[in-house]
Amino acid sequence: MHTKTLHEIRELINKGEVSCVELTKNTLERISSVDDKIGAYLQIDEEGALNKAKEVDEKIRRGEEVSFLAGIPMAIKDNICVEGLKTTCASKILENFVSPYDAHVTKRLKQNDAVILGKLNMDEFAMGSSSENSAFKKVRNPYDLERVPGGSSGGSAAAVAAGEAYYTLGSDTGGSIRQPASLCGVVGLKPTYGRISRYGLVAFASSLDQIGPFTKDVEDCAHVLEAIAGYDEMDSTSAKKEVEDYTRYLNQDIKGLKIGIPKECFGEGLNEDVRKEIENAIAVYRKLGAEIKEISLPMSKYALAVYYILASSEASSNLARFDGIRYGYRADEFEDVVDLYVKSRSKGFGDEVKRRIMLGTYALSAGYYDAYYKKALKVRTLIINEYKRAFEDVDVILTPTSPTVAFKIGEKSNNPLEMYLSDIYTVPINIAGVPAISIPAGFVGGLPVGMQLIGNYFDEGTLIKVGHAFERETEFSKVRPSI
Amino acid sequence: MSVTIRDVEYVAKLARLEFTEEQKQKFTEDLNGILNYVEMLNEVDTENVEISIGAYRVENALRDDVVKDSFDRDSLLKNAPDSQDGFVKVPKVIE
Repeated sequence: MHTKTLHEIRELINKGEVSCVELTKNTLERISSVDDKIGAYLQIDEEGALNKAKEVDEKIRRGEEVSFLAGIPMAIKDNICVEGLKTTCASKILENFVSPYDAHVTKRLKQNDAVILGKLNMDEFAMGSSSENSAFKKVRNPYDLERVPGGSSGGSAAAVAAGEAYYTLGSDTGGSIRQPASLCGVVGLKPTYGRISRYGLVAFASSLDQIGPFTKDVEDCAHVLEAIAGYDEMDSTSAKKEVEDYTRYLNQDIKGLKIGIPKECFGEGLNEDVRKEIENAIAVYRKLGAEIKEISLPMSKYALAVYYILASSEASSNLARFDGIRYGYRADEFEDVVDLYVKSRSKGFGDEVKRRIMLGTYALSAGYYDAYYKKALKVRTLIINEYKRAFEDVDVILTPTSPTVAFKIGEKSNNPLEMYLSDIYTVPINIAGVPAISIPAGFVGGLPVGMQLIGNYFDEGTLIKVGHAFERETEFSKVRPSI
Repeated sequence: MSVTIRDVEYVAKLARLEFTEEQKQKFTEDLNGILNYVEMLNEVDTENVEISIGAYRVENALRDDVVKDSFDRDSLLKNAPDSQDGFVKVPKVIE
């Protein structure tokens, strides 16, 4: 059962072959049998999940029409609020924080009668690319338990891959949905900035953060996106743009569609075996009648530098709220109120979070603001312009999602810069604010490879169309880890 | 530009963080490594380039001015490390 997709499960429920309670119990059993090894969950709400499942079963018994997501178990990254459950951001500073309200996406899921199983492990405050920065436990890759699942939404990716939830939500600031999706062999979408409300998502870098779904395939992705996208008056950066029926982009012909291949993404730093898999994917598109066009995005090599200045600067400001006063951890002993701030923050935050706060504070401090922060904002403009120009010529852009397959636990944890480089292909997309999806596109030594499709602003539909065309031609999205 | 231990101490003070000597040393190295990498931005000519604070241009987003219930005080205070009589309790700040 746990290897099935969301749409397959919907069909089974609709045919009456499985009840939502049976399904939920089955998934909870799956979690208790594998999560000791995977470490995807930080919190499980068994009672809430079973109650919801029972409620949906009754609705179905009464003959009521239910939504596509109704009664199907899912889980949420632990930086997104669910009323009454903890939201820890995998940080000691929020270890005991219970959310007093629902995030906008949570509200939407509840309106759709989703069965929320619990909260998922991650890098502390979504800062990291391996999920090794969780203050509580590491997440392991379901394809190889000695390897990382990617990050920061490592729990969200691993849970879907290992069949511990039929879909999950994560957040993506520089690749935190797409990179773990790639490393765990699942589909992960970062929508256009503003497509989904960030209300109730604990802010890391507000101008870059975006919530998105993890699913087993592109078809599932279309369904989940449709349920959670849309304007919200509680997020002033959410877009007043109508949400499309994304499922109408499934099963479409892509003949004549223009796919841009940026030559900069196939140079130094890309693993040779990963390159071959991505080249095979390009060949599939050529066979399907798409027009493959080499393009150049020369500014993209500066994106990572821009990202680390902007993301860290915004983080240093956003994380100033964790001061031990109104919520979160407060140190036991302190001399005065300033000492309370210092001790609570120093004991509550982990090393990577402190590193980013320090970098951001430095970049924003008097004398360095122009050289770092303002400079990065200007280069951001050039990166945005470059993407806008590129989409005048092509419909989508195709790149690898990550330069390598999943790396070993501990392999990069002592070298922050090397860790940051694993986001080299995903970071420019957040800087520009365009949407991008990672789709399973091959295997190297038994480990998944993901390809990234990048779309124009608010053109998630084309990503679904182009992604689904690939999925129909290949078998990669049907592979499950043996765990 | 190169970051010294003294810079790290100054920035830590601004960020309300404290470190051991060993940590200060490590952070100095880490910050220098990252800032050296970021130096590449100096290659880019940004003369006459406007800044972008966000990717997607949103006009003033205003809500209707309607009175609504806010959060329930008790439910919010449950997360406070220390509280009394409906208020968050903090150390004395005024003599």
